[in-house]
Amino acid sequence: MSASPVGAVSSELAAPGLPSAKASARLRHHVVSLLVENKAGVLVRVAGLFARRGFNIVSLAVAPTHDPRLSRISIVVDVDSAPLEQVVDQLDKLVNVVQIDELHPLDAREAELLLVTVAVDGVSRSQVIQLAEVYDGAVLDVAPGAVTIRLAAAPEVVDDFEQVVRPYGIIQLQRTGRIALPKLDQTG
Amino acid sequence: MELTGAQSLIKSLENQGVDVVFGLPGGAILPVYDPIIDSSIRHILVRHEQGAGHAAEGYAQVTGRPGVAIVTSGPGATNIVTPLANAYMDSTPLVVVTGQVATNSIGTDAFQEVDITGVTSGVTKHNWLVTDAQDIPSVIAEAFHVATTGRPGPVLVDFPKDVANAVTTWQDPGPVDLPGYRPSPSPDPAAVAAAADLILAAERPVLYVGGGVLKADASQALADLVELTGIPVVTTLMARGAFPDSHRLCLGMPGMHGNYTAVTAMQRADLLVALGSRFDDRVTGKVSGFAPHAKVVHVDIDRAEIGKVRRPEVAVVADCRLAIEALAAVLRARASARPDVLDPGRLAPWIATIADWRARFPLAYDRSVSTGTRHGSQLLKPQFVIEQLRATTPDDTVLVSGVGQHQMWAAQHWRFDQPRSWVNSGGLGTMGFAVPAAIGAKVGRPDRMVWAVDGDGCFQMTAQELVTASAERIPVKIAILNNAYLGMVRQWQHMFYEERYSEVYLSPDLPDYVLWAEAMGCVGLRVTAPEEVVPAIEKANEIDDRPVVIDFRTDSMEQVYPMVPSGSSNDEIVLHPSQQGLAR
Repeated sequence: MSASPVGAVSSELAAPGLPSAKASARLRHHVVSLLVENKAGVLVRVAGLFARRGFNIVSLAVAPTHDPRLSRISIVVDVDSAPLEQVVDQLDKLVNVVQIDELHPLDAREAELLLVTVAVDGVSRSQVIQLAEVYDGAVLDVAPGAVTIRLAAAPEVVDDFEQVVRPYGIIQLQRTGRIALPKLDQTG
Repeated sequence: MELTGAQSLIKSLENQGVDVVFGLPGGAILPVYDPIIDSSIRHILVRHEQGAGHAAEGYAQVTGRPGVAIVTSGPGATNIVTPLANAYMDSTPLVVVTGQVATNSIGTDAFQEVDITGVTSGVTKHNWLVTDAQDIPSVIAEAFHVATTGRPGPVLVDFPKDVANAVTTWQDPGPVDLPGYRPSPSPDPAAVAAAADLILAAERPVLYVGGGVLKADASQALADLVELTGIPVVTTLMARGAFPDSHRLCLGMPGMHGNYTAVTAMQRADLLVALGSRFDDRVTGKVSGFAPHAKVVHVDIDRAEIGKVRRPEVAVVADCRLAIEALAAVLRARASARPDVLDPGRLAPWIATIADWRARFPLAYDRSVSTGTRHGSQLLKPQFVIEQLRATTPDDTVLVSGVGQHQMWAAQHWRFDQPRSWVNSGGLGTMGFAVPAAIGAKVGRPDRMVWAVDGDGCFQMTAQELVTASAERIPVKIAILNNAYLGMVRQWQHMFYEERYSEVYLSPDLPDYVLWAEAMGCVGLRVTAPEEVVPAIEKANEIDDRPVVIDFRTDSMEQVYPMVPSGSSNDEIVLHPSQQGLAR
């Protein structure tokens, strides 16, 4: 993995250990976390609003919460595509949207799940499995020419892992998109 | 108490105080039409579902109460999408009930099945698909609540046939429970105080009044604020009548076809106080050149309007009436501590500048033609017709219009002195709005004379609703400004396409509007010369048992002036040719 020369970001903004261009993209990508009523068609209303208003969705994850009446939708928005305030204010007008939290990347604990099937041969199989162990991944499946690995980690770690296995040959890859919750207040 | 879903729906509408619905039955909505026979609600049978929607809008705009329409599934539902979109743009409260195929047929491409909640999700505040007859009272209560609170707007309730037929028990709906819907913010005192600071510091302020003032019934509060501060007012297309044109501080309409003084006062202002207005592109012109010296106070009930187009220095997210009253209270308190802060003399140079613009650049057209002083000419100017109509009708007449040149001339040349006396299609620009909207307006305000000024192109889109008006004895009056063209399109081709006229000619006498009106049960009149205008209007005013249509044959070449060309700064306003040489 090598740092991309494209773009520049001041050092205090760049997360430690991240190449600057990727860090700047990361900082543009805010998570909008929605609590929505668990009703038919709600996802369509949310997605339709983005399409209608010309806002771009980078990724989207949706699932029920501990309260069966509510689901949580985590949408990663590129704040260069639209002012975040406008995105949030428009979402707030949807009747089924109960609560909205905007999470700046520096204020959020984020995670993402990756499943990847990597092409291997007799020599590379152990290397790929070793890399998975380094990244705290798990081997889900093994076949003569491929292994499938699961990794649940911070999104930038998932990015890194994707980069290090890419040279071996990625056969299939699925990421869930980011989910996030606010960082806890350490002073309290 | 046992009843069918259909009976539960009608009972729910009665409980909401609905006195009239506009609609047209069909297969999926059949069960709902049976209990209508026994209901106190008046049903007005339109001839096309679009007419039902626009009539409900006209009713809502003049009464302030939600308009209600009932139509069937499939094509009935898609035909009312345009009125929903129109009402969404103009924040008009509307409740539309659509029939739907039975729940077990949904998704099978059944006869007359359309996913109308999907189709209308972008043009309604919210919509519901009822799947259990038990839910009907609460869904209808929610629908009226959402349509009428906060920023008003249209909602749709989709009503499957088996739900209408199901036997259920009536349960009074409890308080509306919509955890994600928080419609009525109250004004933040700190923001109101900051707005007052800017108002007291301004030397060239303008109150930029939009349709939100009418929705909030804030005309009286606005009048008080103007008396207190002496600040001049512009009223947008959606706000004509929110502040009386006859008031010395009313500058009239701003925007693409606004008058020079209203447009220029905003351009030179050092403070714009936007009250229920949304910086529409037809008002701002090129945004980067709009009111370049002005700080902005933006009052709106919809937080998403704040900063959408122009970032304000101060935002007050609240109902316009509450915000204006709070602002006036703060200003009064400041003035009681220091009487000079609101001294009328403080704005004298600004008011004098405005008075000079008004004197030099009034709305202009060639009056010599219509008044007959030009030898031999018989041309009828559309602006002359509107001026004579205003002079020959009661002060509280409701004026309705379609979309195009006639709409702009009506908005410019009519004198609006009362709120809710002007009904038009603003944001969506829906041709064909006028005839059905006039019917709805007359149903809502039977005590008022209702005139529609329509174009010949617009009239041909929805004229069939005059059959509805004749059958239901709704005596609306329609003035067609018949210039034989799609006039506004023609004007743009004249100005921006080197007079290459493409598909805009309609003919003055195909159809024959008088015969057509008579065929629909109306009185039809034709006016071709200036001296016939007033007698024809007087004759129409005397007819109160059927609709009247007057075919005014107006000058085809007339253009709407002033005009800010699309994409230009408002500083580049183009005046009437007779004023173009004058130094500004």
